Amino acid sequence: MAVMTYIEALSRGMWEEMERDPSVFLIGEDIGAYGGAFKATKGFLERFGQERVIDATLSEAAIVGASVGAALLGMRPVAEMQFADFVTCGFNQMVVNAAKTHYRWHLPVPMVLRLPTGGYIHGGPYHSTSPEAWFFHVPGLKIVAPSTPRDAKGLMKAAIRDDNPVIVLEFKYLYRRIKGEVPEDDSVTPIGVGEIRREGDDLAVITYGSTVHFALEAAERLSQQEGIEATILDLRSLAPFDRDLVRHVVQRTGKALVVHEDHLTGGVGAEIAAWIAEEMFTSLDAPVRRIGAADVPVPFAPPLEEAVLPNAAGIHAAMLDLARY
Amino acid sequence: MARIEVVMPQMGESIAEGTIVKWHKNIGEAVRKDEILLEISTDKVDSEIPSPAAGILVEIVAKEQATVAVQTVIAYLETDATSAAGQIASGQIHPGANADTTSSAAGAAMNADAPAPPAAPALAPQAPPADAPLPRGRFYSPLVLSIARTEQVSMEELEQIPGSGEGGRVTKKDILGYVNARKSGQVAPVASRGPEAVSSTAPGAAASRPPAGPASAKAPLVRGQGDQVIPMTNVQQKMAQHMVASIQTSPHVAAVHEVDMTVIVKHRSDHAAAFERSEGFKLTYTPYIIDAVVRAIKKYPLINASVEGTSIVRKSAINIGMAVASENGLIVPVIKHAEEKSLLGIARAVHDLAERTRARKLMPEDIQGGTFTISNYGVFGTVFGTPIINQPQIAILGTGAIVKRPVVINDAIAIRSIAYFTMSFDHRVVDGMLGGMFMDSIVKNLEGFDAGSEIK
Repeated sequence: MAVMTYIEALSRGMWEEMERDPSVFLIGEDIGAYGGAFKATKGFLERFGQERVIDATLSEAAIVGASVGAALLGMRPVAEMQFADFVTCGFNQMVVNAAKTHYRWHLPVPMVLRLPTGGYIHGGPYHSTSPEAWFFHVPGLKIVAPSTPRDAKGLMKAAIRDDNPVIVLEFKYLYRRIKGEVPEDDSVTPIGVGEIRREGDDLAVITYGSTVHFALEAAERLSQQEGIEATILDLRSLAPFDRDLVRHVVQRTGKALVVHEDHLTGGVGAEIAAWIAEEMFTSLDAPVRRIGAADVPVPFAPPLEEAVLPNAAGIHAAMLDLARY
Repeated sequence: MARIEVVMPQMGESIAEGTIVKWHKNIGEAVRKDEILLEISTDKVDSEIPSPAAGILVEIVAKEQATVAVQTVIAYLETDATSAAGQIASGQIHPGANADTTSSAAGAAMNADAPAPPAAPALAPQAPPADAPLPRGRFYSPLVLSIARTEQVSMEELEQIPGSGEGGRVTKKDILGYVNARKSGQVAPVASRGPEAVSSTAPGAAASRPPAGPASAKAPLVRGQGDQVIPMTNVQQKMAQHMVASIQTSPHVAAVHEVDMTVIVKHRSDHAAAFERSEGFKLTYTPYIIDAVVRAIKKYPLINASVEGTSIVRKSAINIGMAVASENGLIVPVIKHAEEKSLLGIARAVHDLAERTRARKLMPEDIQGGTFTISNYGVFGTVFGTPIINQPQIAILGTGAIVKRPVVINDAIAIRSIAYFTMSFDHRVVDGMLGGMFMDSIVKNLEGFDAGSEIK
C-alpha cells in the first residue's frame, strides 16, 4: 500500500495502464509539456513520448471525436477535458457517436473521458459544473465517480479496460484534499459496484463523490450527539449504479436520503429516488429525501458558493429530520 | 363529493402538539375556505385556524380542550352538501365507516388485504371487528403497513401502538417493538384496551400529559364561602408546566451583582425626548441591558448554550428572550440574532415584540429559538428576584428596580442609581466562576457605557 492523494492515484492508474497496454494513449489540452491543467499527466510525456501523450488543439469536439475514431480502430484513448464544463463542446461526439456506435454497427468504443468536476474550489459558474446528469440520461455510456484515492486508481484502471465509453468524474475538490492508502498491485475497482462506507440501522445516505465526505462527517456528528446511526453508501459508479446495494441499504433502514453535489432538479438523485419509490415502496418508513445544489449556476463568491452547494450541516439536518420522521 | 381532513397544523418547527380552544362552527354548519374554523393554543401562542376548504363540518374528532399531536385529524369537512346531510343524519359516523370515504393511502392499502368484515351487525358495534380499518387520519408508512401484514397485526392493534415519530407517527421501531412485546406475551394480541391503557404506555403521548403543578400536592381542598374557582387559561397551564419542568431539570443557582446604572440613567434621560420624536416610541432601559448582555455573551459564549444528553450545545446565534407580562399570562418573545443588532436595532426589536405581545399578534416563530432570557421584574418595583430558567436555556437574568442609594466611591459617599441583577444558572453546566465572570462583564459593560455615544 502507498499513501497518495486522489489526483496522484488517478495518475497512477493511467500510468499503470499505459505501461501494461500499448494501445492506451492520452489526448487533451496542455497535457504533455505542461502536464495538464491540474498536473494529472505530469511526467507522462517524458516516459511515453509524443505519440501516446498528445497535446490537442483547443477543441473539445476534436478531442472527443478523435478519441471515438481511434477507439473504433482498436486504440484505448483517455481524453482529458480541462474542466468538465467544457465537455459541452464535445457533447455531440460523446452522446451520438461514442454512445450509439456499438448499438448501430456492433463496434465497441473503448474510450475514457476524464471530467474534472464540481465546485467547492471558488471556480465560479464556468469552472464548477457537475455534468453527470447530462450523460446519465444517455444509454451506452458508463459513468464512474470515485470518492477515495483507492477507487480513483481502481476505477480509472477499470474504465480504461472497459470496452464501452466510460466517463470518469474527477472531483476537483478532492484532488489534493484527501489522501489515502492505494494498493500498488494491479487491482481494479469493478464498475457498477458501490461500497458501504459506514454502517447504521437508522437511515441510509446514498451518495457519491465529494458529498461522500460531507455525509460521513454529518453521520459522525449524528452518532455522537444524537446516537443516530446512519449507513453511508458510496455509489462509486452512477451508470450503471449498484441497485442491489441500494436495495440492501433501503431495506435495512427503511429511510433513504440521496445526496449529490449536482443540482437537485433532474439530477442522478431524482432517478435513484424514483427507483426506490417504485421498487421498494413497502420497505419505506419515510419519504425518500434528496439533497443537491440549489438550482442556480455555482456562484463565484465563496459565501454564495457555500450557500448553493450541499454541506455537512445541511446533510446533518436532513438526516436528523429523516431519522425522527 | 369529497371528505376533507382537517388536521392540527404545525405551527412551528419545534411544536409537537396543540390544544383545541374553541370550535367556531358546529356540526352541520357550512364554512367558507379560509374562514376561521377553530382556535388552537400551542406552546404559548393562541392562533385562529382558517378552514382548509369550503364545506360542511360533518365530524369533530378532537373536542374543545383536547390536546393532540400535530398532523392529527381533528375534524372532517364534506364538500358535497347531499353527502354531508347523509353523514350527519346517520348520526356520528362510526369508525368503520370512515374507510369508505377516506382518501388515506394507509386505509386503502390495508383494505385490500383485510378480510371482508363480517356482515354488518344490526346494532351499532361496541367494539369494531378486529380487522376493520380504523384510519382515524393517522398515517402509516408503507413499511409499517407491510410489517403489520406480515406479522398479522390488525388495524385495530396498529391504532393502539404509540408512535414515537414526528407527529406521533408509528415508526418501524415502534411496530417491531410491539411485535416483539406481543411475541413475548407482554401485550395481548388483539387488544380491546381503553385509551387510558394506551396512553399509560406512551411516554410523551399527548393524552398522558401530567397535570400542572407538583404531583405530590394532594392535600384536600377546602373551599370557603364565596371562594371563586378560576380555570387556568392554556397559557397559564403551559407556564405552570414549564416552570415545574425547569426546576426539575436544572439545579438553579443564583448570583447577584450590584450595578451602578447612573451613566445609563443619564444617557437615557438625555436622549429620551429626541428618541421618542424620531422613533415614535419611548426609550427604555431594556435595550441597554440587552446590549450589555449580548456583549458579555460574546466574551463568555458558553452561557449561550443548551444541554442535550451528555453534550453541551453552544449556540452560534444570540437570541435574547424577554419576559413580557400580558393579560394572558407570561410570554417570552425572542429577539433573533441580537448579536447583529445595534442599540437602536435592539430598541426597535424590543418595541416591536412588546407591542405585538400586547396586541396578541405574535407569530409562533417569535417565541421560539431563544438562547438566553432576560426578565425585567424591576418595572414592578421588585428590587431583587431569583428567576426560573427558560428551558432549554441554561441561564436567565433578572433585573431589579433602579433605585437611588448612597454608595461609597473613593471613600466618599455619593448618591447613585443602583440596581441588583440576578442571574439564575444551570449548575449542571455553569459553575460559579463562569457565572460570576459573565455577570461581572455585564456590570462592566453597563457601568463603562460611553456616556457621549449616540443611539444608532
